Amino acid sequence: MKYYRAHVLICSGSNCAIKGCRSVKQACEQEIIRHGLQGEVQVVDTGCLGLCDQGPALVVYPEGVMYGRLTPSDVLEIVSEHLLKGRLVHRLMQQPTGPAGEVSPLSMTPFFQKQKRVVLKNCGLIDPERIEDYVRAGGYTALATALDVMTPESVIAEITQSGLRGRGGAGFPTGRKWEYTRVAAGQQKYVICNADEGEPGTFKDRLILEGDPHLIVEGMALAGYAIGATRGIVYIRGEYELSIHRMEQAIRQARENGLLGEGILSSAFSFDLEVCAGAGAYVCGEETALIESIEGNRGEPRFKPPYPVEKGLWGQPTSVNNVETLANVPSIIEQGALWYRSLGTPSSPGTKVFTLTGNIVNSGLIEVPMGITLREVIYEIGGGIPEGKQFKMAQTGGTSGGCLAAAHLDIPMDYDSLQSHGSSLGSGALLIMDDTHCIVDLTRCFLKFFVHESCGQCTPCREGAPALYHLLGKVSAGAGGHADIQLINRLSRTMQSSSLCALGQTAPVPVLSALQHFWPEIEAHLNGRCPANKCVMGKAAGKIAN
Amino acid sequence: MLTNVTINGRTIAVRPGSTILSACRQADIKVPTLCHHPDQAVKAACRICVVEVAGQRLLQPACSYPVSEGMVVNTATPAVREARRTMLELLLSNHPADCLQCPRSFACELQQLASELNVRETPFESRLRQLKQDQSTVSLQRIPDKCVNCRRCVHACLTTQGIGLLYTAGRGRDTVVQTSGNVPLHDVACVLCGQCLQACPVGAITEVDETEKVWDALSDPAKHVVVQVAPAIRVALGEEFGGEAGSVVTGKLVSALRLLGFDRVFDTDFTADLTIIEEGHEFLHRLSHGGTLPMITSCSPGWVKFTEHNYPEELAHLSSCKSPQQMFGALAKTYYAEQSGIEASSVFVVSVMPCTAKKFEAARPEMTSSGYRDVDVVLSTRELARMLKQAGIDWAGVSDGEFDAPLGISTGAAAIFGATGGVMEAALRTVYEVVSGKELGSLDFHAVRGMAGVKEAAIQIGDLVVNVGVAHGLANARQLMEQVANGTSPYHFIEIMCCPGGCIGGGGQPIPTTNAVREQRIRAIYSVDEAMTLRKSHQNPAVAKLYADFLKRPLGHKSHTLLHTEYVKRG
Amino acid sequence: MAERQANFSHRQMILPFVDQPGGLLKALHALQNASLDHFLAPSDLKLVAEVFGVPEAKVWGTVTFYSLYSTSPRGRHIIRVCESAPCYVVGAMDILKSLGAMLNVQPGETTSDGRFTLEVASCLGVCGVAPALMVNMDVHGNLTRDKLAAILAEYA
Repeated sequence: MKYYRAHVLICSGSNCAIKGCRSVKQACEQEIIRHGLQGEVQVVDTGCLGLCDQGPALVVYPEGVMYGRLTPSDVLEIVSEHLLKGRLVHRLMQQPTGPAGEVSPLSMTPFFQKQKRVVLKNCGLIDPERIEDYVRAGGYTALATALDVMTPESVIAEITQSGLRGRGGAGFPTGRKWEYTRVAAGQQKYVICNADEGEPGTFKDRLILEGDPHLIVEGMALAGYAIGATRGIVYIRGEYELSIHRMEQAIRQARENGLLGEGILSSAFSFDLEVCAGAGAYVCGEETALIESIEGNRGEPRFKPPYPVEKGLWGQPTSVNNVETLANVPSIIEQGALWYRSLGTPSSPGTKVFTLTGNIVNSGLIEVPMGITLREVIYEIGGGIPEGKQFKMAQTGGTSGGCLAAAHLDIPMDYDSLQSHGSSLGSGALLIMDDTHCIVDLTRCFLKFFVHESCGQCTPCREGAPALYHLLGKVSAGAGGHADIQLINRLSRTMQSSSLCALGQTAPVPVLSALQHFWPEIEAHLNGRCPANKCVMGKAAGKIAN
Repeated sequence: MLTNVTINGRTIAVRPGSTILSACRQADIKVPTLCHHPDQAVKAACRICVVEVAGQRLLQPACSYPVSEGMVVNTATPAVREARRTMLELLLSNHPADCLQCPRSFACELQQLASELNVRETPFESRLRQLKQDQSTVSLQRIPDKCVNCRRCVHACLTTQGIGLLYTAGRGRDTVVQTSGNVPLHDVACVLCGQCLQACPVGAITEVDETEKVWDALSDPAKHVVVQVAPAIRVALGEEFGGEAGSVVTGKLVSALRLLGFDRVFDTDFTADLTIIEEGHEFLHRLSHGGTLPMITSCSPGWVKFTEHNYPEELAHLSSCKSPQQMFGALAKTYYAEQSGIEASSVFVVSVMPCTAKKFEAARPEMTSSGYRDVDVVLSTRELARMLKQAGIDWAGVSDGEFDAPLGISTGAAAIFGATGGVMEAALRTVYEVVSGKELGSLDFHAVRGMAGVKEAAIQIGDLVVNVGVAHGLANARQLMEQVANGTSPYHFIEIMCCPGGCIGGGGQPIPTTNAVREQRIRAIYSVDEAMTLRKSHQNPAVAKLYADFLKRPLGHKSHTLLHTEYVKRG
Repeated sequence: MAERQANFSHRQMILPFVDQPGGLLKALHALQNASLDHFLAPSDLKLVAEVFGVPEAKVWGTVTFYSLYSTSPRGRHIIRVCESAPCYVVGAMDILKSLGAMLNVQPGETTSDGRFTLEVASCLGVCGVAPALMVNMDVHGNLTRDKLAAILAEYA
């Protein structure tokens, strides 16, 4: 194996790609050749570092120095100064230096210090396009161990003991889901990886697939072994071109290396994977809608029971798991349930990947132990609210999550605590809004999303979401009264209690939490005043926008 | 082992795997429904049937949720009532409030729900979708603004009829049932059977109402207006006046038509008997002359149009006989006009049919062999009921009457045309006796009766064992046609009726027409047959006279011109 | 003749998808990608219905369900502006308005020269660089009004 004196890891995640990481990488490679360093320094494409706000970014190892917000001309300086002469380029560095000018390791920076990387352990450290890198980082050991010394039942037992819960939003215990699928009667069982990430503010699955696709291959193979499935499908939303490419490539590489296909690693276990691309429908993130979509139908959720663990894809027992859930599996098998339980809280063990968006200094991707507070995430990891503005509210769990006010900043972020405050952990989206925003205006924005994305199958969601949107418009225009608020409450209750799937059941959550936590501001609208000065008063309540 | 559930405080034992809805019905507890249809798969889409299940966070739809041992259900709690009310108000907010003009008024499930749930207004802003209406066909019209997205029509077209021209399109609040590309029904392979209409809970699909044309003719002194009624009408019309499904109302029907002012009240059964003579001879001719077999019946216009669209290469299998309706029309304006000395041009033929496709059939350009349009107007059973009500005829007080001669004379074999298997049975009664010269012991061919989708029988006729097949509903018909198309059909003779149950289950029949109702109408049909003295078509004296005086012989020149037809490859 | 050939090659293109999971959606993606006007024509729907053995109305129902499919012709480049909350709170509506004004179209419309179709989209999954839009499969993020002209210039 060739030895390199230094490695330059360039983030090639989607968010950095948007910001021009291609040209940064090109410039870097050209400069290295120009200085004759190509034998000493290796440039590696890697997955997301999480600091999307600071992209394009690269990290130089062994020092672990991260440079950010780069242009191609910045790179000339990094190569000639850092790589050639060994001098740090302070103006581009994203981490502080100590009194003697020593660099604190990246992991010691505020952004990374509070993080605990299980799911993202390889993101930013390996080249996701090379299976060798994944294997070198310890990849596929969990699969090998399971096939070698564990029965499917003991794999399920380990996952059950770890307390891993579904990371897609519902938080269903993964071990139990696998157990149900394993014991269900069926000719052909399926594992489906739900990568139809459509929740606004969520891009974790995309960056996991882009940054460490083999982790998902391994997680799915373990799931397949545990439940007795020989086929798996990764359903990725159609817009995620790079994720689809990386996943397909990882599957090919795994097949070539005997890690997928017949008799994996010389065991009796056979398993293979295929990628399906979505076609633009948020509701397909609902597991039965996703199954309908794979079957070539409109992505409309099925009524339950029966659940997919009994009758899923083509009527066969099917376990549908979120990307992040599956990404936890290899580490749990490798390091054990006890280790996993040492992270997070007793009812929500492990870590959670959050995506920070909105009015926050460091928008991006983080992984933290369950139970961390909102305040820590926003102010310590996220760097606070930009432009000196004040925190107004946070929406956790995506657009169907509740609106939390400043009074809730110290709530631990785990499944149960958030639920008790009318919100949810959901997909891990964390949308931060400053005090220039109006609560009524924002809830209208949330509802507009559901008006668009309702599948149209059941009455409360199809008809209720537009009606709710319309009523909020009336309030926004100062034309609403207390009777409208009563109607909003009644309609919300009906949507929650009677909709066919979680989309309709949770669509009113932001509205109800806004009524609960921001009532004075809403009441001001009933009196014809928008305290944030966002709503146009007197404007005709108007038609529902397209 | 039964499952014990407690519903509204009452514990009952039900079959394991039952839904809450069926358990409720067993306990005589009414749960309102909208997307539910007794003959279709569960959809659980409208959510009107939600109930409270102890231990469940959310309300659950009674139509899909299975019972389990010890389950406690409450069907009318405040939460349930509030949810149902709110959902109904939402549906009403985008539904045209034109009940007064709507032909489905009083037979509308949405209207009934509003009444039962005591919802008289909606607090939500009215939001009509203003979708384009489809008035492209002579049989059916669609008013998508009235659609409540229950998808029952989708199921009827796709699953019951195996066609699938209607499907849910769009998403969210734009979701609506459409044809591909939202093109008019006229431009797709729609057979106009009206099963979508039968399935629709509201007035989103209705027949094209032609009652005004009939009123005009009746009030025109220059017109001699005759009416024919199909066999399926006499076992269904009573339902329009509150009668039990399957009441036989032949006598009242005849008198009521007379009260409406028709000059003659005739019976399509007459030409049903005639059809048996012609079709029976056609079958024997094909058998003895190496003609195309299996021969398939052609009485059902939806079935004929289905074949023209879907099996254009197999049209030679269809009997060339016109349907009884069209034979009647052709004879009314020739034979009857001549016999009664009435100018053919002044004869106006109205038929009352259980069928929406019959409107299309009567309008086919081939159906003018009398020199005029053979049948001028086709009314559905429902349209006739509307006219009777409009005329102020007190149904309860109408006395029994008799059909006029000669085109009102018929046998029991004609009566059973209205039920699936009936044409086959009638044909077998005649063919057997014509070929063997022997009298049949029992006239009842039970193997071809009933609601099974595909039925078959083998009958020894002379030296030959004749294999017959019977299918009703186009999904079942397709099974037999696939065999015909790939040359593996084991049958000599096939009867196919477009609608489930045969004509008694047609798209023009009273609403509701469910399989349970169909079975009652079928029972009535056979009771009509049994009550007749003459039960074989070749015994019909009026038909015999028709041949003697006018047609001369079966399959003869006049028959060929007036009673047989050709088909169109529609692709 | 040319049409028949196109139909033949389209059929060859989608045949392999018939037995695949998600095959029907893959076929629709492939046909739309092959369309110069980025849409699924009635002939495409007919072909998919026939090859997959499902009613054409069902294919229509499926196509009209998903936002990435279009049943009417679109411009050479498709701009999809995210209007979901994370983009909304950092100014997506300004971006949408500015684009509409620059292109002189409303969302859903195509410029008169056929160069761009402007669409609004739900979350594109690049919220880390909100506000964001996609032109065809390229994502552009951290948008400001000033950046729009340069982005449009990339697409002839």
